[in-house]
Formats: sequence, structure tokens, C-alpha cells
Amino acid sequence: MRSTWRTQDPKLLRDVGAVAAGAAVNGASFGAISVAAGLPWWMPVVMSLLVFAGGSQFMAVGVVAGGGSPAAAVLAGLVLNARHLPFGLAVGDVLGRGLLARVVGSHLLIDETVAFAIAERDPARARAAYWSCGVALFAAWNVAVVAGALVGQAIGDPGAFGLDAAFPAALLALTLPALKDRRTRDAALLGSAIALAATPFLPPGVPVLLALGGLVAALRRTEART
Amino acid sequence: MTLTAVLVLAAGTYAFRLAGPLLRDRLRLPDRAGELMSTSATVLLVALVATASLTKGQGFAGWALPIGVLVGGVAAWRKAPFVLVVVLAAATTAALRFAGLP
Repeated sequence: MRSTWRTQDPKLLRDVGAVAAGAAVNGASFGAISVAAGLPWWMPVVMSLLVFAGGSQFMAVGVVAGGGSPAAAVLAGLVLNARHLPFGLAVGDVLGRGLLARVVGSHLLIDETVAFAIAERDPARARAAYWSCGVALFAAWNVAVVAGALVGQAIGDPGAFGLDAAFPAALLALTLPALKDRRTRDAALLGSAIALAATPFLPPGVPVLLALGGLVAALRRTEART
Repeated sequence: MTLTAVLVLAAGTYAFRLAGPLLRDRLRLPDRAGELMSTSATVLLVALVATASLTKGQGFAGWALPIGVLVGGVAAWRKAPFVLVVVLAAATTAALRFAGLP
């Protein structure tokens, strides 16, 4: 692990810091929204530590606040989080070889850490990016959720600060280098079209999984070349 | 929301996360399948960008959000620093909303 920290550079830390700052504001709003929805202050805190997937946490609390059952909230959250399985298959080896690295590293598998890892070509740098992003976001998100849950309503709507645009823009910036490859780009564009077309008809989380159908574009081209 | 529900969601989510890195070792995949698997991460992330910037729930997200992401994307494409990309996207969306665009 020591080599992981040695390969860090100021640019990586600055980039990770920007994403962590955004996550902190969202985390504070998650804590505040949960308490406003009638949950005890420790519930969003426990949830953030153990689930550590913002989208599914907002969704689960939203389902219950809207009158849904806890079972429905869990199901909606799990469907949304199913993408972590293909993510893990794709970047699983950046976590490290040891059992501890995998057990702990798997918990840090989120959209942002995957994006930071695939933005680096060199495996050592990818590992450093994955771990520093994961540790920073875990800390920022959870501290902010505690603060939000305790301070409560004082935090306004993060949408007013445009923070919902910061997340996709950060992911886009991190995936742009991979999109230089034509086959990857075709697959990503087809996949996004499938996801967008499916969104009005399917529950959240499923359209993004269907985007994997875009991989046929990559397959086709491989076959055409051989 | 009950504590049991939180624990089930946490366990299920962690199982999804751990399955990938563990399965990856068990499976001996041909090179092309391995290549496809790393492409799949990019495909999922880009689809996430598309749905997170254009949709809210099952409908259209409004213009302020995708325009902000687009401004950030153009900045990234023009090799602007990452922090600037994120700030530009958020600031554009915030300004458009402040000006009354949904």
C-alpha cells in the first residue's frame, strides 16, 4: 500500500478534492433531507457508512418519504446499485492483490473511483487514483452526512448551486480520454442512446444497465477487423 | 426506513461490489472478453452521464442541467483543468436556474 501513496501527485489530489467537495455538499443535503423525512439523525449516518452509494440512499429515503414500504426502498436501491457488478469486473484489478485490499477496496467501488481509475493508463497510477478518490470521498461524504443530519433544514437545495451538473461533468471529463478510441466511443454512444430511450419506461438504474447493449458496437467492429 | 432495510441494502450493495473483483480472478477470459469488460466501464459511465444530465425521474431534466454539463464537457475537451470543468458546469447550471430557466 505504501507505494500507492508515494505515486500520488498534487494534480490528482486537487482533482479528487474538487469531486470530494461536491460530494460533501450532496452528503450534507442527504443528511438534512433524511431528518426532514422523519428519520432519527443516526439512520442516514449508518446508511452512508454501510451503503456508501449516494444515488441509492437518496432513492431509498425518497421511496419511504413518498409512502412506499422499506422493502420497496431496498429493491429500488439494489436495482440502482447493480451496475457495481460490471464495474467491479472491469476495474477489479486496480484494487490490489491482497484479500484486505479487495475487501476494503470493494466498499470504495463507486462511479467516481471507477472513473478516476480508468482515466489513468499506468496501473500504479490507476491504483493511486482509485484509492485516494475512494478514501477522500468516503471521508467527505460521511462527515458531511453527520453534519447535515445534525444541522438539518439549514442546508438549502443543492440544485440551486448547480451541483447536479458537477457530477456528470466530472464523470464526462474523466471518461473523455477513453472515448478517443473509436470502438469505445461507438459503444458508449449506442449505450447512452439505449439508456435514454429506456428511461421513460423503466425504473431508475435499469436503463444504465441496458446501456451495456451498446457493447455490440464494439463487438461488430472487432469482427469486421479480423 | 428501518435499520433492517438499511442493512439489507448495504449487504446487497456490498455483494455487487465484491463480486466483480472476486469473479475476475476465477474466470480465465480470452483477451477480447477482457477488452470488452474494460470498455463496459466506459459505456456505463457515459450512459450515467447521459441519463444524469438529461433526465430526472422518468422525464426530461430541463435545460439548465444539460447545458451546464455541456459547458463542462467542452471545457474538458479543450483541455481545461479538471477543477475548472466541474466549477464551470455547476456555475452555468446555477446561473441558468437563477435566471429562471428550469
